Amino acid sequence: MSVNFLLALFSLALFATLPAFSAAADIKLDHAAVDLRDPISLQRGAKTFINYCLHCHSASYMRYSRLTDLGLTEQQIKDNLLFEGEKVGQTMTVAMRKDDAREWFGAVPPDLSVIARSRGADWLYTYLRKFYRDESRPTGWNNTVFPAVNMPHALYQLQGAQRLEKVEVTNAAGEKHFEHKLVLAEPGQLAPLEYDRLAADLVNYLVYMSEPNKITRLQLGIVTLFFLALFFVLALFLKKEYWKDVH
Amino acid sequence: MSKLTGLLNWVDARFPLTSSWKEHLSEYYAPKNFNFWYYFGSLALLVLVIQIVTGILLTMSYKPDAAQAFASVEYIMRDVPWGWLIRYMHSTGASMFFVVIYLHMFRALLYGSFRKPRELIWIIGMLIYLTLMAEAFFGYLLPWGQMSYWGAQVIVNLFSAIPLIGEDLSLWVRGDYVVSDATLNRFFAFHVIALPLVLIGLVVAHILALHEVGSNNPDGIEIKDNVDPETGIPRDGIAFHPYYTVKDIVGVIVFLAIFSTVMFFVPEMGGYFLEYNNFVPADPLHTPDHIAPIWYFTPFYSILRAVTYPLFGIDAKFWGVLAMGASVMIFFALPWLDRGRVKSIRYRGWIFKTALTVFVISFMVLGYLGTLTPTPATTMAAQILSILYFAFFILMPWYTRIDPVKSVPERLQT
Repeated sequence: MSVNFLLALFSLALFATLPAFSAAADIKLDHAAVDLRDPISLQRGAKTFINYCLHCHSASYMRYSRLTDLGLTEQQIKDNLLFEGEKVGQTMTVAMRKDDAREWFGAVPPDLSVIARSRGADWLYTYLRKFYRDESRPTGWNNTVFPAVNMPHALYQLQGAQRLEKVEVTNAAGEKHFEHKLVLAEPGQLAPLEYDRLAADLVNYLVYMSEPNKITRLQLGIVTLFFLALFFVLALFLKKEYWKDVH
Repeated sequence: MSKLTGLLNWVDARFPLTSSWKEHLSEYYAPKNFNFWYYFGSLALLVLVIQIVTGILLTMSYKPDAAQAFASVEYIMRDVPWGWLIRYMHSTGASMFFVVIYLHMFRALLYGSFRKPRELIWIIGMLIYLTLMAEAFFGYLLPWGQMSYWGAQVIVNLFSAIPLIGEDLSLWVRGDYVVSDATLNRFFAFHVIALPLVLIGLVVAHILALHEVGSNNPDGIEIKDNVDPETGIPRDGIAFHPYYTVKDIVGVIVFLAIFSTVMFFVPEMGGYFLEYNNFVPADPLHTPDHIAPIWYFTPFYSILRAVTYPLFGIDAKFWGVLAMGASVMIFFALPWLDRGRVKSIRYRGWIFKTALTVFVISFMVLGYLGTLTPTPATTMAAQILSILYFAFFILMPWYTRIDPVKSVPERLQT
């Protein structure tokens, strides 16, 4: 019947055409294994974030005290994660002045509180692993995911330095062509797999930080739907009872 | 008990309490054959209440200040107790409002609910729809993200396409040369007080007009034409309360389940309800690569972009704005465009059914195209679909008259 057909079309238009993150659609992104129920990964990510990112990037909507979500006590946060003179109830700000940042990097490093919501976890995970040496850039670094990026490779000591090299590849049909590939030229303190793990933990933390209430939200959603299902049964019987005499 | 009755009598002598209850609920007789499509009126009212209540709560913590707006929304999301829930309810509610309203309007198209004697209900309803669009547009600026900012910039700039006065007009609307703190403050004023007042007034008028003439139904038969001579009650009518109140509760629960599924599990709805770029604070110096309006405006945005030819020496943009305006305003003429001898799709012929199907598909595909960056192919598609969109209305007086309709029965078919 045409009514049902149109109804189907309506729902199709609403739910079937979900677009991906629109930016950089042509770059293949690696999948970030995000698990907000893994406190160890989140704690490692928080540590990396505070030690490596938080010197230039602020997270000014995130309070240190909120890290108790990750299973840390306030004392642990004070002892291990606060910079000199900061209080546990403060938000994660940086001391670097915006004018200085512009002079040093050509741009103000963006606040990272909700970066995972605008960029997406996969983009961040890929981005953190795709820095390479490029002498033509002012910082000496470039990135295949974010060409001409202003940020130097802050995790360089851990990952080491990659170079973008042209390599000859033979495909299944036996044809040869050139591809750009990142090659680890100078090894860092971590083995490649360990570095991937570190980047994954960091992204996991960034995803958590972008919406600290997410786990509560998902849990409350299940409770709500369960309640509505019960309520639905009662309401349906009530309706049927009243409508008995309608013919 | 007698004391309560006494109090009620005291009030009734001074205020039409019992009589209003009867007129609008317990003795308002609605057709007994309402189907799925008749849930959306009460659901729209529910969403209005949700938006007003959550909106009041959000206003308590939101800062309408260009320097603080984005941060205050994140403050609500993190530090205000249950703030995240209130905010998601409001953002999901905005989109769900349009879902419900579009389905409610589609119901009117299916069953001819805009036809005589319900022309005023339709016109008031259209005014509600226009107010709602303005309300949503003003509200979308408030989170002060990149999409909020550039969306508002693009829409306000449309005024500048009007010859002679355009530039001054858009300047007057913004209160500045670019969207700025002044714009944010006036949009806030419109969003939280001016338009909600108008909206509530129009909704009351919509319901009063409906209860004056009575509800249409899926058969498009006037139940008042067949009244029990003893009681004066339509033979096919049942009291709104309790029959439709208990039925609508079922609809409300199903709706809340869908609402909650979105709100709790996918509040961004894949970037349609909350755009990803709106989590980047507004930056007047950095225009995003791709500016797409929120989904409920995209069909009209597509029509705007489909007009690419300058005419009479005036820029194509002006004609695009005109076409976009016409695509919304033409709905007002519907009661006079439809010359069909029957109201309901159940008794219409194949011509109307085809026209309506083509229209709905055009509307939805235009909506989809409006979310994309235009390419020559999508622009061509949008042009063809825009013509189909307008043809539905412009050709309506003709095709509804020649449509081979079926005969309408005397009584409701349940």
